[in-house]
Amino acid sequence: MSDGARERILAKVRAALADVPRGEEPEDVVVTRGYVRAHTGGELIGLLVDRLTDYRAVVHRVPAAEVAEAVAQALKRRGVRRIVVPPDLPTRWTAASSVVAVADEALAVAELDGVDGVVTGCALAVAETGTIVLDAGVAQGRRAISLVPDYHLCVVRADQVVGDVPDAVALLDPGRPLTWISGPSATSDIELDRVEGVHGPRTLEVVIAE
Amino acid sequence: MSGTFVGMPAFPEAASAATQNAQLRHNLRKATHTIRGKRAAVVSELDDWAELRAAGKAIKDRTLRHLDVYLEQLEEAVTAAGGHVHWAADAAEANAIVTRLVRATGETEVVKVKSMATQEIELNEALAEAGITAYETDLAELIVQLGEDRPSHILVPAIHRNRAEIREIFNRTMAEWGVPAPANLSDEPRALAEAARVHLRDKFLNAKVAVSGANFAVAETGTLVVLESEGNGRMCLTLPETLISVVGIEKLVPTWQDLEVFMQLLPRSSTGERMNPYTSTWTGSTPGDGPGDFHLVLLDNGRTDVLADEVGRQSLRCIRCSACLNICPVYERAGGHAYGSVYPGPIGAILTPQLRGTSSELDASLPYASSLCGACYEVCPVAIDIPEVLVHLRGKVVEGKGTTVERVAMGAAGWVLGDEKRLGLAQRAAGKARGLVPKRHLPGPGAAWTDTRDIPDIPEESFRDWWAGRGRGQQR
Repeated sequence: MSDGARERILAKVRAALADVPRGEEPEDVVVTRGYVRAHTGGELIGLLVDRLTDYRAVVHRVPAAEVAEAVAQALKRRGVRRIVVPPDLPTRWTAASSVVAVADEALAVAELDGVDGVVTGCALAVAETGTIVLDAGVAQGRRAISLVPDYHLCVVRADQVVGDVPDAVALLDPGRPLTWISGPSATSDIELDRVEGVHGPRTLEVVIAE
Repeated sequence: MSGTFVGMPAFPEAASAATQNAQLRHNLRKATHTIRGKRAAVVSELDDWAELRAAGKAIKDRTLRHLDVYLEQLEEAVTAAGGHVHWAADAAEANAIVTRLVRATGETEVVKVKSMATQEIELNEALAEAGITAYETDLAELIVQLGEDRPSHILVPAIHRNRAEIREIFNRTMAEWGVPAPANLSDEPRALAEAARVHLRDKFLNAKVAVSGANFAVAETGTLVVLESEGNGRMCLTLPETLISVVGIEKLVPTWQDLEVFMQLLPRSSTGERMNPYTSTWTGSTPGDGPGDFHLVLLDNGRTDVLADEVGRQSLRCIRCSACLNICPVYERAGGHAYGSVYPGPIGAILTPQLRGTSSELDASLPYASSLCGACYEVCPVAIDIPEVLVHLRGKVVEGKGTTVERVAMGAAGWVLGDEKRLGLAQRAAGKARGLVPKRHLPGPGAAWTDTRDIPDIPEESFRDWWAGRGRGQQR
């Protein structure tokens, strides 16, 4: 056991910083935030679609009233029979589909592994980087349900799209477990050549509701 | 079990062997040039890259200059969020803490997220001695582990392997570790990734304990951050009941807002993507979502020694993106193994001798593993002046050392160069004796110097004599 390790390390840190003037506060070290809050002033949804597509996500842009139809068609194309959904997923999103939607009530991992896909909403999406963030909030469920199934269909409302990373960080609550998703799982570990599809969902489909 | 770096020869020797390996040279060249191009493209998309870089540097400097304050703040925040914080002064302490925590769960297997800190302390080897098997789950780490190999790159530890070699390793070894490679496995990256998925799937779904590192730890909120691509990180951070994260004390950032800088700098510098596929953040534990038991092990292991060096301190700003490796002409040719450390390339050449000291021949040779071209500094997202630290460390290596011949030669040179008349006499003497100087190799103690250089021609007349002669109308 490392009794006293804490005190030893902190003492070594303080000794190492003997050159830092006494009385200097952390805020006295100037951090100039000269970078921009967003790199685009243009149309965010178009940019988000472009970025998501670049990462090989399948993207649909539909009027809000047609979300159910878009979800139903996507699930049909995919050949999905059973999906898992967060308990508070809006029922209207899956109303037009005939798939069996299993609400996640602390399902075992093996059960999650047995469904064909998952449908969730999101906390927000970042246009500049093509990133969708889940925060385990409304219509998202716990982290495991968007991880174990091989197919993830995510509904993004147009009003959830922010321009760039700084706006996203400002809106997100660090107290919640967050998952930032930019396309399907991928690897560059073989000759630094990017291929999609490893351990996370190998297909990411996004329905953007305007 | 992966190989060890212990007992490696000095960099020039190891690099000399590596540069003779045509396959290795080909693999490295292809990979580093691919990633260089991708990085350059996504960095050029942001016209405020210089401002982001300056902010990243300043945030890390603020953290390091007040590290004690932030460490205590982080500990308090993690504890308040239901996590447990442990402190480890060195590798042995960290390994003992992790071993004890795993034993307390009664498990004999852990799944691991790629982590430089746990490689540095050789955690897998320590766990194996305690009868605990650690399964690496990152694809490149898996390749290294199955191949009983050593990592050669920070981001892609198996960068020295090409697809054909990886297929061979999978075919030969996967069965020993669990689910075998599929029959007729091709060497297509997609097929190899699929084989890794199948091989590790059951491990993920049944794992009870995971070990990770972290890219960032936010002092203000107690939040840990892991960036990854494959989803192996999410699996390890989400499904097990117990999560143990070993994190170097330099990984802190002060505030949640600071991530707005690093979440732009790191993915673009590292994999050359606008954003990596997955980033997980968690604060302590969340009931009903993810591991209920979270342990943070804060690791020193030489970092406070680096902190104490006012020039070398900037090395601790490193966010392990590996852009400096990918751009480095020396790394591209010598490969990562020659650096004899889990931290290869330019950043390794300054970090390793500071973390481990320069008592071994290998570690003392690392500050010289550079042509000082400065490309590493140019691409560094937190503006670590690697050439400055290299030169500083060379000075430290040489201090109190040097051969007698060297000292005599330098003393004589000082005497000659210190006086105009003496210099003039020496130059004229050299001009007269030029026929006696060998053309290619110096004899005696000068031989080593001329092994890699030609002796410069000595002119008949020195510049100073020629210049003085101009005034007397002898213009040429």
